[in-house]
Amino acid sequence: MSLLDSSLWEVIVASFSPDIWKELITPIGETLYMTVISSLIVLVFGVLLGIFLTVTSPDGLLPLTVPYVTAGWIINVLRSLPQMVMIILMIPVARLIFGKSYGTNACIIAIAASCIPMYARIVESSLLEIGKGKIEAAKSIGSTNAQIIAKVILPETLPGLIRGFTVAVISVISMTALAGMFGAGGIGDIAVRFGYQRFQHDRLFACVYILVILVQITQGIGNLISNRILRKRNLL
Amino acid sequence: MSYVEIRDLHKTYDTRGEALEVLKGIDLSVERGEIYGIIGFSGAGKSTLARCINRLETPDGGSVKVGGVDILALSKSELLQERRKIGMVFQNFNLFDSRTVYRNIAYPLEVSGFPKDKIRERVLETAELVGLSDKLGAYPGGLSGGQKQRVGIARALVNKPELLLSDEATSALDPQTTIQILDLLKEINKKAGITILMITHELDAIRYSCNRMAVLEEGKIIEEGTVAGIFNNPQSRTGDLFAKVFAEFQNISLTEGAGI
Ligand SMILES: Nc1ncnc2c1ncn2[C@@H]1O[C@H](COP(=O)(O)OP(=O)(O)OP(=O)(O)O)[C@@H](O)[C@H]1O
Ligand SMILES: [Mg+2]
Repeated sequence: MSLLDSSLWEVIVASFSPDIWKELITPIGETLYMTVISSLIVLVFGVLLGIFLTVTSPDGLLPLTVPYVTAGWIINVLRSLPQMVMIILMIPVARLIFGKSYGTNACIIAIAASCIPMYARIVESSLLEIGKGKIEAAKSIGSTNAQIIAKVILPETLPGLIRGFTVAVISVISMTALAGMFGAGGIGDIAVRFGYQRFQHDRLFACVYILVILVQITQGIGNLISNRILRKRNLL
Repeated sequence: MSYVEIRDLHKTYDTRGEALEVLKGIDLSVERGEIYGIIGFSGAGKSTLARCINRLETPDGGSVKVGGVDILALSKSELLQERRKIGMVFQNFNLFDSRTVYRNIAYPLEVSGFPKDKIRERVLETAELVGLSDKLGAYPGGLSGGQKQRVGIARALVNKPELLLSDEATSALDPQTTIQILDLLKEINKKAGITILMITHELDAIRYSCNRMAVLEEGKIIEEGTVAGIFNNPQSRTGDLFAKVFAEFQNISLTEGAGI
């Protein structure tokens, strides 16, 4: 059903029809798959990169100017590319790795290349929020740098890391939708193929609901967990 | 030889090309088992001095010896070992908010590879010493300032150090709590024979706890001796000034009945 020949109300009603939602089950699965896999990759590498930046910064536990500046520069370059450009850019890269330039896995690379640098910066700023005094105390106790990172900095900044990860996952979700345009399947694919190319606006609306719900759920879970932790620690 | 021996200690901070000489040749001797006070105005270099003793800050020149160990000559791993023998207490407590009281106190043991099956016993024993046995499951966020500092002290003591660096341990506390914490430090000093270097800008804290003290002003020790000697017989500008401030403070305290 299209807005070109039907009223908005009719399209809204049609967007809830069981037929449309039955067809959406597979795309939802693809979107969730891309989101979960990409988010895990972003989590692992974002945290590692964020720790690297914090530790090697001039005020860090182990200042290393050249690696710090280099990593910062690469991150800034990657972050300055719009998500769509990143996907286009990663198509040949995906061909090198997977032997084909489209498909879900190919887009995961683009999502990782785009969202890891973003989350790394969020991690960096979360980690820097820890009071200098706590690190000083940990040092005075005779902790090694690895112990300070694992036992002090990460646990102390956990609520901030979780909030930041929420932002990263939401950005991953929006990018999976975009990736649909480039053969990655999922909700974005439906939105473009039916909603844009064939003016089937009821399907487009259904895609919108799903994206909104996914983002709301993600934000809700993130807030819930980080608030729980803060409340348990008597910091809220 | 004294337990803590500091000779001709120099430290200059370099902030954006501007050199700030914070310690200008400090000489200090602290005997084993005493509570030694260091007093000085804000910015005098007290914290810097304390931080040079466990090498949180690397001095530019001079020597620091604790129990005969040349702190500045230690390798990185030796330094970690040595720091575990020097406890430090802070004005802002610097507790780990992610850990319960129990796990805050256990932290130094975890870090130093203390036998796992003996951690519990040692933590309970230390918590008892500082009077926190009923708060072990609480998080620092839910404690009062005095309780927080007790955790800080327990954490500093749990590895059974021989030296305790107390950097303004009571400066964030109200007078009543200050007395309790000072009493605790005195008790620890007596019971365990721990040498305490008590850094403060509060005269009453030093008068209450220390036998000997030094006055630090702009990176130099301008006076050193027994507490009574310095306050009754001031020979320096700062000593004189402090004595006056102290006398005034005493009067206020007596009339209000809130002082030490
Ligand atoms: N890391 C640093 N970098 C640059 N300057 C510093 C640093 N730490 C301290 N200073 C400066 O050194 C001087 C002495 O500082 P310090 O903290 O030792 O003083 P303090 O006697 O402990 O003062 P307070 O009573 O306020 O704690 C101050 O002027 C301070 O600004
Ligand atoms: Mg200070």
